[in-house]
Amino acid sequence: MDSRAILAEIPRLRRYARAMLGDRAAADDLVQDTLERAWSRLFQWRPGSDLRAWLFGIMHNLRVDQLRRPGPSTQSIGDDDLELPTRPTQTDALELRDIESALNHLPDEQREVLLLVALEEMSYADIATTLGIPVGTVMSRLSRGRERLRLIMNGDNANARLRVVR
Amino acid sequence: MSAQPVTEADLQAWVDAALPAARRAEVEGWLASQPAEAERVSAYLEQKQALKSLFDPLLDEPLPEALAALASPPPAAVERPPKPLLERWSLQRIAASVLIALIGGLAGWMTHDRYPSAESLAKAPLSLPRRAAVAHAVFSPDVRRPVEVSAENEDQLVAWLSKRIGAPVRPPKLGALGFELIGGRLLPGNSGPVAQFMYQDATGQRLTLYVSTDNATNQDSAFRFAKEGQVNVFYWIDGKFGYALSAAIDKGRLAQIATAVYDQLDRK
Repeated sequence: MDSRAILAEIPRLRRYARAMLGDRAAADDLVQDTLERAWSRLFQWRPGSDLRAWLFGIMHNLRVDQLRRPGPSTQSIGDDDLELPTRPTQTDALELRDIESALNHLPDEQREVLLLVALEEMSYADIATTLGIPVGTVMSRLSRGRERLRLIMNGDNANARLRVVR
Repeated sequence: MSAQPVTEADLQAWVDAALPAARRAEVEGWLASQPAEAERVSAYLEQKQALKSLFDPLLDEPLPEALAALASPPPAAVERPPKPLLERWSLQRIAASVLIALIGGLAGWMTHDRYPSAESLAKAPLSLPRRAAVAHAVFSPDVRRPVEVSAENEDQLVAWLSKRIGAPVRPPKLGALGFELIGGRLLPGNSGPVAQFMYQDATGQRLTLYVSTDNATNQDSAFRFAKEGQVNVFYWIDGKFGYALSAAIDKGRLAQIATAVYDQLDRK
């Protein structure tokens, strides 16, 4: 694997991790873990395939592991009404209009798809491969995430939480 | 006019400029007659641009050295710089200790009438499987820092823990059963230090072996099984040693591992 090719991807991994986690140090830790895991799984890399998608896939899996692993005392994570802010979020209307804090009100899996589309400009099919989910799921998460973000930005947070979407 | 109805997927794809030109024109024609929908998709477009302008500047930030270095294969033994103490004692962990202390205190307070005296309460310490299960529940979920000393320094780990618990102790090898040692730590037991070894399998499932040397009764016991919440525990007493093997895996598999652990410890 070419070091220059990897070096070129690191800023993108950082940007995405930072947007996902909302915290610089945690994001860099995640990127570091991702690169370490990538090197340790080099044998899984198929030369000629999409390096970016592979690295983002590793990062996604690490993140899922991190969320899933708190073994004995955790609840299973549902796809729909997951409230899992990555840091304390204020509820005053002014801050909710801020897109970064609004982003943190989205469930992880919606934020993930939204960011891959907005920042990475990945195609829906590539996102499906990267995250290991069907394209239909990508579309529904994207649609729900965008709508929820819009409602939060409109200060309509109560609706954003209560709306049942599938 | 448009043969196909405009779907939600069309609208999302419109925002992402992922529609073929012909379909794009059809969708735009439809949007022209649907002001509410047009407003909604234009809000999505704004979101997308806002996210880009918020996070794009990160692309130009200089890379931290640790990350830039990882563009090349890391040397086999990459040692991370030690984290500051406060960070190692993460908030979660501190919260866990406080919670355990509170529960302990509360339990003592609530039950003090049911026991003849404080003295006899002190003589009824937490059982071995319960202590092991609590230690398992506290430390095994820790993703980044589950152990104090990692298995890379196994010799040091063994020497240190043996010295601290006052008896030679060696972690069994469980590779054949799919579990690799990831390290260990020292814990407070009922009356002195206790060692905990942690293992992990390929799926990230963790297993801990809790070794205490403060077993006062010196009464050997056969395998016993206890269930603490979702954590299954096999434990046994061998002379002054008390062993407890904990994991959130099914009883049958844990029994198999416990047998292997027992055999290896017996042979030493």
